[in-house]
Amino acid sequence: MSRLSITPWENSQRTVDDLYADMERRISAAPCGNCPVELTSAFLKLCLAQSCGKCVPCRIGLDRLSDLLDRLLDGNGSEEDMQTILRLSQSIVDSADCAIGFEAAQMVLDGYVAFHDDYLAHIEQGSCTANFKSVPCVELCPAHVDAPGYISLVGEGRYDDAIRLIRKDNPFPSVCALVCEHPCESHCRRSIVDAPLNIRGIKRFAVEHSGDVPPPPCAPPTGKRVAIVGGGPSGLTAAYFLSLMGHKVTVFEKKPELGGMLCYGIPLYRLPEEYLDRDLNCILATGVEVKLECQVGVDVTMEELRQDYDSVYVAIGATKQKNLGIPNEDAPGVLSAIHLLDSTIQEVKPDFTGLNVVVIGGGNVAMDATRTSVRLGAKSVKCVYRRRISDMTALEEEIAGAMAEGCEILPLKAPVRIVTDEQGKVSGLVVQPQVIGEVRGGRPAPRKADQPEELIPCDVVLIAVGQVVDSQYFSQSGMPLKWDNFITADDGSVPGMEGVFSGGDCVSGPATVILAIEAGKVAAASIDEYLGFHTDISANLEVPPAPFRLQGATGRIDLTEREASWRKNDFELMENSMSKQEMDQECSRCLRCDHYGHAGFKGGRLAKW
Amino acid sequence: MVTLTIDNKAVTVPEGTTILDAAKQVEIHIPTLCYLRDINEVGSCRICAVEVEGVNKLATACNTLVENGMVVHTNTPRVRTTRKTNVELILSQHVDHCVTCVRSGNCSLQRLSTDMNIQSVPFGKATSERPWDKTQPILRDSAKCIKCLRCVSVCERVQSLGVWEVTGSGAHTTVRVRGTRMNETNCAFCGQCVAHCPVGALRGRDDTEKVFAALTDPEKEVVFQIAPAVRAAWGENLGLTPEQATEKRLAAAVRALGVKHVFDTTFSADLTIMEESSEFVERLSDPEHATLPQFTSCCPGWVRFLRREFPDMAPHLSTAKSPQQMFGAVAKSYYAQLLGKKPEDIFCVSVMPCIAKKYEADVPQVNDAAEKDVDVVITARELVRMLRATQINVAALPEEEFDHPLGVGSGAGVIFGVTGGVMEAALRTAYWKLTGSNPPADAFQEIRGQKPWREASFTIQDTTVRLAVASGLSSARMLMEAIQSGQASYDFVEVMACPGGCSGGGGQPIHDGVDLSEARGNRLYALDQANPIRFSHENPVIQKLYKEYLEEPLSHKAHKLLHTEQANWEL
Repeated sequence: MSRLSITPWENSQRTVDDLYADMERRISAAPCGNCPVELTSAFLKLCLAQSCGKCVPCRIGLDRLSDLLDRLLDGNGSEEDMQTILRLSQSIVDSADCAIGFEAAQMVLDGYVAFHDDYLAHIEQGSCTANFKSVPCVELCPAHVDAPGYISLVGEGRYDDAIRLIRKDNPFPSVCALVCEHPCESHCRRSIVDAPLNIRGIKRFAVEHSGDVPPPPCAPPTGKRVAIVGGGPSGLTAAYFLSLMGHKVTVFEKKPELGGMLCYGIPLYRLPEEYLDRDLNCILATGVEVKLECQVGVDVTMEELRQDYDSVYVAIGATKQKNLGIPNEDAPGVLSAIHLLDSTIQEVKPDFTGLNVVVIGGGNVAMDATRTSVRLGAKSVKCVYRRRISDMTALEEEIAGAMAEGCEILPLKAPVRIVTDEQGKVSGLVVQPQVIGEVRGGRPAPRKADQPEELIPCDVVLIAVGQVVDSQYFSQSGMPLKWDNFITADDGSVPGMEGVFSGGDCVSGPATVILAIEAGKVAAASIDEYLGFHTDISANLEVPPAPFRLQGATGRIDLTEREASWRKNDFELMENSMSKQEMDQECSRCLRCDHYGHAGFKGGRLAKW
Repeated sequence: MVTLTIDNKAVTVPEGTTILDAAKQVEIHIPTLCYLRDINEVGSCRICAVEVEGVNKLATACNTLVENGMVVHTNTPRVRTTRKTNVELILSQHVDHCVTCVRSGNCSLQRLSTDMNIQSVPFGKATSERPWDKTQPILRDSAKCIKCLRCVSVCERVQSLGVWEVTGSGAHTTVRVRGTRMNETNCAFCGQCVAHCPVGALRGRDDTEKVFAALTDPEKEVVFQIAPAVRAAWGENLGLTPEQATEKRLAAAVRALGVKHVFDTTFSADLTIMEESSEFVERLSDPEHATLPQFTSCCPGWVRFLRREFPDMAPHLSTAKSPQQMFGAVAKSYYAQLLGKKPEDIFCVSVMPCIAKKYEADVPQVNDAAEKDVDVVITARELVRMLRATQINVAALPEEEFDHPLGVGSGAGVIFGVTGGVMEAALRTAYWKLTGSNPPADAFQEIRGQKPWREASFTIQDTTVRLAVASGLSSARMLMEAIQSGQASYDFVEVMACPGGCSGGGGQPIHDGVDLSEARGNRLYALDQANPIRFSHENPVIQKLYKEYLEEPLSHKAHKLLHTEQANWEL
């Protein structure tokens, strides 16, 4: 007999692996607002099940820790138990032999700090501070769009009603159907069964199959006037809802077109003009007045707006390109990504034919610049990034799409300087290879590799390392800043400036469309209340009842893209829609969390806000 | 219409019907526990599970809608096993000390467990004992709570208060008040949560021992007052037929407990009408300066609700005390004088269909004749318990009259126990005050009914009086919001915290899933019809009381004893 043999993968181990896979999916579908102490206790039991049982702190310590947490959960905990939890977890962290033990205890320690108030509530009131949220998709959508509601409407072919229901919370259904990062899908309960619903794809089907849906009628005029500074998604969301509430709204936009980043920052192959226009037309149909090419601070002052209007919403976005601070950043041939994207919506687009392009950055804007360069005819496009591909903040499908279109991603390269030719024009980018290192602030940080600098020859350098808020004028007008962003209260009000509200990228820093929409919606409610009103926004429609036959495990319908070799030559929409057949199946996968589970009892549907 | 088959019987029902209701049509009983029609259809207990052909999982009959061609089986081994398992699971989290439980014999869980022939539970016991302040009018026993969520739903949907909430996750999910103690919340103490609890987790504070103690105290003259609505319900859980459970037999039963002075809150309801209708006529004659509409103030749940939720509207409340408190004030002043006793020698017990009355009697600012005008409030349920504890064979008792003088009441006083009744009684007397003559006794019956928010207007001598009546606090909230926003405008508004008024009160006998408030209300209307006195101002004892003691409605003395500034009440 040989000393070694091939180990057969035992059946029981296969089942355990399946169990772990199920568990992973279940964890990804975690509902919002569960008791954190309860989850910690449950997770500890899993850790304990993984323990080999050799050493004391792990074998016994985790068990006692779990007992202590359970005592708290039963309402029998004391301050003394809290101290014991702290001491015991620290000892396990300090003395467990392997990661199974010390990482488990570290998790308890982290939670001890993060959920301290909740721990105390268990001791003092015998109950939990967490507030269970019934419908994950609705909860996780920053605008709280009624996803199960519109999915069921789409499933019944009521596309117009689906648009009405979406607009109750978000006046940009067409835009979001194409470019939303769909946080709604991230904890979809369907993941427990198979995979999250393709909610954005269903929304797109509704958008593309609905007729011309006018906005609902506005409330009777209140006589109040609101100025909105900035015609991007946040400003226009506020404008739409305030208009529906009966207030007279004027939007001041410094550019010649409305839409902000939707118009000037998102490439046409991701968001064609006609989609944006559909949403803009509906918003304008509520009677919003628009002053284009009117820059606040130049053409009109904040003081004038505050005098002439009852309230002002500042939503100027984050439009200023951040600099890298490396030599020759101002050389001809160096462009900001934002500037490039802006110029591609013009009649005459830049021509990159025959040029070698290097893009610096790892976010979605970097991918937009990369893929736009391909479409402008570049000979080669390389994207340089300091960390690993898996660390890039761009959506995975954007990265994959760019690669399919022939772009190269060069990870672990930090830009050092831009080199120029005799005429002073860009001729290359020098980068320093990096090595990924320790995790700091939740992300592994890169550091210099023991390798020499490299030169990447190129004709164009596109900088996409983020944008900042052009806040100078507004801060001079009295709006407080933290770094470059405006400071507001949770309701969007600007401290110390009566009647002034702010939100969107200019408060949060560059973020997603749906977060800008959320800020606009919150501002609309806050301004309405500030003006002394409480006008409800509702869709006034009945959502189909939930079926009680639910679809068994079924694959998710992913949206396909036009072939890379074709799409890279034009600015036409690159993503394909679902077919009716696919839509029907996808809608039938919805588990109707607005009816089943906790939502059938409480918090299922907010018909108005 | 939808046609389906349930246990091989074809049934055709309208679209939108639940399997539970469809089954009922063909006399098939499906057990339920958490289900409360229109209020709690959440399917938390899973006891009503049925099998539907072609569907892998069992469906809950209470909230699954019928479909054409559906084939349902309600009595298969799988169904029976699942139901039994779920009841056993509930029992494993429920302290089943049935012999000492106030709901024993009237407990839905006990009945289900017996029906399913559960003689032991194969699971371990894991109950949660949470502390509770036993001085509150409403008590909660966490170890008995089965998390059916009825209390949460009733409070939120019927009463719009949301005092109860669900907290925690998983096995530690529990129900608590939103705040630390009940009296610190916006709880109206209406007791609708208690009345809808299927088990003994929620109950009213039991004060019967205090009454028994007073009855054996030779120093005390124990005076009982019995609220109008109690007479319509007291026999329900004593095994009496409506014919047996008369008000005169009720008087006899209370006397059999050893009570020497068996009086009637109907008497002081008439007194309330004298004061409240005088106040209304006064307000109506000076609409420029008076606060209109006038709100009734006899329901302490409503008063507390208004103070907590609409504090600015408290001046609308009539300052007239409730019949319970007027009775106490008169018993410890006028009647004490008649007996030649000191106020503190009188021990005043009131029997109420209500839990909030326990709260009202404890409000310091409402007591004017003694430290406490009403010493103890017991609910109709507690009275039943006292009768059972003394083993009185109530059915065999001959009928007896209430005692004189505070046992004389008019038909107008009797209908205080039904929604709209206070308004109707007040109008009868207000009409007389305005015109000098009586209207036909049933002139204002348009205001009767079960709709939670009703309105009417009557013209009395060129003056049009616009009225609204609401019962249930979510209707009250809508009504208040309509008044505040100017969408509705009235002169006189009656609100009762419990749906249907006191006949549906939170202290009445409990019948799980059955609402008897309308039937009880109709009994009160019949008593009004049969009463030779239909007008409060014609109650001879009331007339005598004013002549000998109080002078006239709204007199200085009446104000001192019979009125209160609710805005100053301790909440």
